[in-house]
Amino acid sequence: MKLSEIIIKDAIQPELAALDRDGAVRELVAALAVAGALPESAVDEVVAAIIKREQNGSTGFGKGVAVPHVKHSKVKAMAATLGRSIGGIDFAALDHQPVYSIFLLLSPENQPQQHLQAMNIIFSNLQKDMFRRFLRQCPTREAIVELLDEADSGK
Amino acid sequence: MPTASQQTSICNTLGLHARPAMQFVDVANQFKSRVTVYTGGEEPGEADGKSVMQMIILAATEGTPLRIEAEGEDAEKAVATLVELVENKFGEV
Repeated sequence: MKLSEIIIKDAIQPELAALDRDGAVRELVAALAVAGALPESAVDEVVAAIIKREQNGSTGFGKGVAVPHVKHSKVKAMAATLGRSIGGIDFAALDHQPVYSIFLLLSPENQPQQHLQAMNIIFSNLQKDMFRRFLRQCPTREAIVELLDEADSGK
Repeated sequence: MPTASQQTSICNTLGLHARPAMQFVDVANQFKSRVTVYTGGEEPGEADGKSVMQMIILAATEGTPLRIEAEGEDAEKAVATLVELVENKFGEV
């Protein structure tokens, strides 16, 4: 699995408007709906499910990144996107540091293997210092797409 | 330094997704020993049992063979506790 196979490019937010976790989650889920990856009617429900998931344990695993995600019946095909926060967002991260890059992943129910593969490819890249640093510096959607393609080809 | 090692496998349906990975790391951190997890199967992997990211990258699905190793004064207790956590399906089904 490659990043470019799961990340909906049109939904990438190079500069999130939201200043808090819930706002950022809503912005990214809404962007996925606009891009056609999720029915508009499911946005509220999916946002609520992701926030509930975060409340049970933050996906801000440290190093300035968070990967909010959910398996949901309204999601018919796996879809992910990402957003950059210039000022940083409090995600209740494990290291108590603000989050600058957010990967949001929506998975259908009953496909746990595919979900694990997607988490694998996202975290394999997020673990690389260079990838995180470059991502924080990408000013545009085009630059982010280019970085994701480079990450894929480096595999 | 004492070491301990035990073989087990992932037995919850959803596999080692984020929540169980965090739970594993939380438990591993209760011990002084260094904990390493090895997965078998088609794509063998290795992870620091105290790193959530590394544990998630294992992408261990249901049925994946797992070897839990620990090195340190409480190695034996650490391995036994972690194996129990895995075999209790992290409280899932």
